[in-house]
Amino acid sequence: MIDNFSVLIGGKAGFGIDKSGAIISRLLNQLGYRIYLYRDYPSLIRGGHTFSIIRASKIRIASCLFKIDFLLALNQETLDLHRSRLNKDCLFIYDSEQVKVNPALTCGTGIALGKILKEESAPEVMRNSCIIGAFAKGIGIGWEALDSVLRKEISKELDLNLKVARRGFDAAGELARLPQLEQKSLPLVSGNQAIGLGLIKGGLKAYLAYPMTPASPILHFLAEVAPDFGLKVIHPESEIGVILMALGFAYMGEKVAVGTSGGGFCLMTEGLSFAGMAELPIVIIMGQRPGPSTGLPTYSSQSDLNFVLNAGQGEFARFIVAPGDPEEAYYWSAVAMNMAWKYQIPSFILSDKNLGEGVFNFDSGSIKEIKEEASLLWDRKSIYKRYQFTDNGVSPLAFVPEKGAIIKVNSYEHDESGITTEDPNLATMMQDKRLVKGKYLAQELEGFESVKVYGNKGSSTALLCWGSNKGACIEAAQNLGLKAVQPLVLSPFPLRQFQDAIKGIKRLICVENNATGQLARMLEGYGVRIEDKILKYDGRPFSLDELEERVKEKIK
Amino acid sequence: MSQLNLGTYAQNTWCPGCGNFAILNAVKSVITELVNEGLVFENIVLVSGIGCHAKIVDYINANSFYSIHGRVTPAAEGINLANPNIKVIGSAGDGDAYGEGLEHLIFAAKRNIDITMIIHNNRVYGLTTGQYTPTSPLGFRGRSTPEGTKELPINPLEIMLAAGATFIGRGTSHGIELLKKLFKEAILHKGFALVDCLQVCVTYYNMYEYYDQRAYELKNHNAQDFNQALNKIREWDYNADAPIALGTFYKKELPTFTERFYQEKTQTKDKDSKIKELLEASI
Repeated sequence: MIDNFSVLIGGKAGFGIDKSGAIISRLLNQLGYRIYLYRDYPSLIRGGHTFSIIRASKIRIASCLFKIDFLLALNQETLDLHRSRLNKDCLFIYDSEQVKVNPALTCGTGIALGKILKEESAPEVMRNSCIIGAFAKGIGIGWEALDSVLRKEISKELDLNLKVARRGFDAAGELARLPQLEQKSLPLVSGNQAIGLGLIKGGLKAYLAYPMTPASPILHFLAEVAPDFGLKVIHPESEIGVILMALGFAYMGEKVAVGTSGGGFCLMTEGLSFAGMAELPIVIIMGQRPGPSTGLPTYSSQSDLNFVLNAGQGEFARFIVAPGDPEEAYYWSAVAMNMAWKYQIPSFILSDKNLGEGVFNFDSGSIKEIKEEASLLWDRKSIYKRYQFTDNGVSPLAFVPEKGAIIKVNSYEHDESGITTEDPNLATMMQDKRLVKGKYLAQELEGFESVKVYGNKGSSTALLCWGSNKGACIEAAQNLGLKAVQPLVLSPFPLRQFQDAIKGIKRLICVENNATGQLARMLEGYGVRIEDKILKYDGRPFSLDELEERVKEKIK
Repeated sequence: MSQLNLGTYAQNTWCPGCGNFAILNAVKSVITELVNEGLVFENIVLVSGIGCHAKIVDYINANSFYSIHGRVTPAAEGINLANPNIKVIGSAGDGDAYGEGLEHLIFAAKRNIDITMIIHNNRVYGLTTGQYTPTSPLGFRGRSTPEGTKELPINPLEIMLAAGATFIGRGTSHGIELLKKLFKEAILHKGFALVDCLQVCVTYYNMYEYYDQRAYELKNHNAQDFNQALNKIREWDYNADAPIALGTFYKKELPTFTERFYQEKTQTKDKDSKIKELLEASI
């Protein structure tokens, strides 16, 4: 258990469960463990059941287990809902004034949180600090370590929180002692933060978004760091306003990104198609959640791949990448920005709630060097034509104000100068110009690791995954002696790299968080038949133990 | 006065007698005048939507952003926020700005963002061959309402005043001198400016005579006074017969979104070391 364990803390929304998850993650991170945090919360502000699972391991992880080793219950519901997850030798700390425990459950330690709070004249919301104090003592973490983490995480009423935590700490006994591991602690970031930082690395100047789970945290994060990076962060009246304003920024030569989820992206599709026609570079972050329609707003899904592949009227090239962890999110967000500006096309970062709101370790050292690339600019010699024909379809850019250049962009079919045309030959040539950029983009992507392979590379059975399922699939493949294949780029699809990755594979099992197997369907279009699918569409991530069971059923 | 070469090779496809010609000529003449007075020509960007009005950007040899229907305003706002020194002149139709894009117009006025919106308000959809718009009068017989509309028009100027626009004017396509005066004033105004042009569609809704009989220019009107502006704006509701006032209804200097937004910007630190710093703080 010491090498690999999970902590679940639960209560009602408003109990500070999120903060507790962050504190526990940091505590364990500082012991040298590798961390993955999963947040489960309902679409409301007060009440309902919310919980976080913090998984810690000696080795890098990016998935949860169903079974847990430590349960911190702030109310009865937490015990009732998660009792079946308890491992045999689990440690269970609960509020003895709120939770009735069956005497058969001998592993529990009750703390009278309410009584402590009353004695300290602390508000009820500080029960979480108190139970964390008890937990820290229970796993053998010294007071100084806890004190320093609380100082980093808590901004409001720090002294009182420290007092309450200390009381919890003193009330509990030491039940286990986790060792300090001999490895460097790594930063903890969410997928959303990694996307934001990657965009900044790629040269982001402006970010526009209308709030929508699970993409809003990117808006919040970038708004907070805006002064540090000189960013313009704007929250306009609607997603239509968002994308059109963003295209105004792009016209002016400012690197811009927008972020949303399915419903908001529906509103953006007219702007997307405009970007395709007018060749205005834009990065769109699509954080998926279950639909149709409002669906399960605070849960996760991979059901918008088809939508993003095909959204917008007409035919135009687009770049779509689906990162599976924060390092990929960081690196590929910068790449997405580069590709948008190099080819003057829309670039998508296809994320989901599990990646965006999950918290992972971030190993900068494992990321390849990535730089903001220069765009093709006007030479200031010839007469400027915004849509000048070139071999690779990419016309030189000029930005307002530019003396001697008239810069015209157009949503209508247009000639090289950007003036509307209905001429059949010009229309054909312009359509070809826009599409040929996709071919050159595909060629350039050959130089990137657009498809990744993990696990037992000699196995003839492979798990095929994309996006946030990466973590669970790699671990399941390793445990079961299988190969795992992860296409990162989904458009233009890196077919050659994919075919190399599945060479020798007799059985390909596609693992997706949707009900119809959208990656599998896309691959059928490339002649890759996929018979086996493991699909999950209840909004929750695959837990490792659950995924392993389902894979075993398939391969038995 | 030096002449800019503002013409393009695009063939003009407006109907003979279209009110858009007056707007086009007025815009060209105001651009020339402003440039002669020292405005940097490259700092001008024209934005248009979709509809007959929108072709204006094909007919003027200047920087332009030919947007999509209803989306002139947000594109113009983005351009202004990217560079507040740019003079953004948006042209939009009444279907475009008051129909599909009304939400954006209200928010742009609310922000008092420094852009100019010229509304080619012919009170009919021309390019889609004659349907009613948000400013068509009750009972307007169009191709989608052969029995006449069953709804009253909106008074767009009243909406703009309520939303926070700091410059509101109105002209007609039979008064190019007034249009020039209004456009110039609007472009030079610091903040959100809207000029409603009663532009006549000769093919689907010929109102030349109607407007000529009722239009008059505002005199002894205090455009700084909100209540006077409101009264004059309410005199004609785009429906019932009434005198139609032209000129500047409202004009007020107030802080703009652009100014407030740029005040907040602080010094950019070295990007990579700041990223590193943020990551290290999360250990």
